[in-house]
Amino acid sequence: MRHARARNWLPGLLLVAPSIILVAIFVYGLIGWNFKVALSDQHHDYDVGKFVGTENFSNIWDIRVWSSSVKNGLIFTLVFVGGALLLGFFLAFLMDKAIKGEGSFRAVYLFPMAISFVATGVVWKWLMASPHGKDASGLNRLFADLGLGSLQNDWYNSTTWTNMASLALPAVWQMSGYIMALFLAGFRGVPEELREAARVDGANEWKVYRYVVLPQLRPVLLTSVIILGHISLKIFDLVYSINGKSVNTEVPAIFMWQRVYDRGDAAIGATAGAYILLAVAVFVVPYLVWFVRSEKKR
Amino acid sequence: MTAVAVEKSAPQRTGSDAARKKLAWSSARFVLLMFFVLFFVLPIYVLLVTSFKNASETDPSHAWALPSHWSFDGWRTAWDEISPGLANSFKVAVPGALISAVLGSLNGYVLAKWRFPGADVVFTLFLFGMFIPYQAVMIPLVQLFTNLNLSGSLFSLMLAHVVYGIPICTLIMRNYYATIPDELVEASRVDGAGMLRTYWSIIVPNSGPAFAVVIIWQFTSIWNDFLFAVFLTGTNNWTATVHLNNLLGAQTVNFNQPMAGALITSAPTLLIYVLLGRFFMRGMMAGALKG
Repeated sequence: MRHARARNWLPGLLLVAPSIILVAIFVYGLIGWNFKVALSDQHHDYDVGKFVGTENFSNIWDIRVWSSSVKNGLIFTLVFVGGALLLGFFLAFLMDKAIKGEGSFRAVYLFPMAISFVATGVVWKWLMASPHGKDASGLNRLFADLGLGSLQNDWYNSTTWTNMASLALPAVWQMSGYIMALFLAGFRGVPEELREAARVDGANEWKVYRYVVLPQLRPVLLTSVIILGHISLKIFDLVYSINGKSVNTEVPAIFMWQRVYDRGDAAIGATAGAYILLAVAVFVVPYLVWFVRSEKKR
Repeated sequence: MTAVAVEKSAPQRTGSDAARKKLAWSSARFVLLMFFVLFFVLPIYVLLVTSFKNASETDPSHAWALPSHWSFDGWRTAWDEISPGLANSFKVAVPGALISAVLGSLNGYVLAKWRFPGADVVFTLFLFGMFIPYQAVMIPLVQLFTNLNLSGSLFSLMLAHVVYGIPICTLIMRNYYATIPDELVEASRVDGAGMLRTYWSIIVPNSGPAFAVVIIWQFTSIWNDFLFAVFLTGTNNWTATVHLNNLLGAQTVNFNQPMAGALITSAPTLLIYVLLGRFFMRGMMAGALKG
């Protein structure tokens, strides 16, 4: 009996086996290896890399650039996730009820998803050029021409938090169409009978949204936060292409690259990588558990 | 919220009043949506206009104006700089996308129709692989490829993309195959067909759209990747995005070259988006874990 059942599932397992092995090695094996480096003293190529416990995980916080890169990363994340959610939700809200040209609007809002962060960086670097006054170009020039000169600013060269907020802007431009598509699918997924029932009960359109539609969008919101958040915590290409390795806008992923390539410090680089992984895992793992469970219930 | 309160807040309106309000609201929506179209399209205008400007046309007061002399210099230089990268990107993205699709299809088939004990655990572990930040594996990955004597090669880059693409491709395929009725698979089994026969005769012929989605998804993400390319490839094997980044880094005032370069680099994926947007959309929605 047991034999017969094994004959049923064994071929399937064998077919998936190559992928299981690859994922086991490249995802989980390498994560383990990375932790091994992070727990070692391999600060130079010639170091043997002996085990030193968690000292890198505490010492890294003594490196000023690391702390500031974490702060920069958090500001970027707040502005990017918040901005893309608000804009994406607003666009979906505007498109929920039938509107002329819906397909074209969607196509326009989504096209930035098809291009690379580096290409986005090229054009936004130009748009966010910092000179003011008669040397102003990019958006600063546009503001001046439109009589909005007071909006001129230093963008990513600012010495306050607005430098990271500026860098989040192209990311919002690139990703909010995606969030729009997710929310629009969410809006459309609310059964029309539910809305109709509320209307029959005398609710106006605003109340229909507030009390009927919005509560149904919670899973979409959660999914959006996860997608945006995990992109944000590892952001690299966009920041790097616009402002290189400038300390002013350094984020954890750039810090890691610097330590490994410019200083040959694998141990601290691996520690930075491990922290980025932990930051992502903290919210992705519970999400995945929730997701797999709710799939099973279906 | 009591029914009475709701009723009070929704007084009866005359029909024409309501119709006028509805019209006003949809006009307002249209205007707002058009405004955002500007926000999304503005960078494209900038890319095109600047790419055709002459290198000497740097007067900031004309930043938003059309070129005073249309020039192809930027395009020519950008093409010379980026074309070797384009070839490399194709060499990685095309086979990478195809292999990913085959692996994803096999995995998806088994996970949807031929489940084994522990399949849920495997699936969950795959899914986590979808979210891992590559920074957390980059140092050992480079080391591993060095040990395997693959360091700097296009093959190593393709291998990395294929492996780290397994989770998303598996997810898309599995969700698609879940919609193929179990009875079809059962019937084939009863007829005595084995797992692979069933795959060939029932699953593959029904997989067209799913293959399109996965291939487009993988091609786009491999093409647009910068991080793996910059860590894993040597100078001769740089992909288009790395060349573009170098072109940008070399410029301070003059943007005609990088702007042209950005358009050249983005052309293949934009073309796919325009021609096959439907499949592109489906891939994105599947990437959101919602099939």
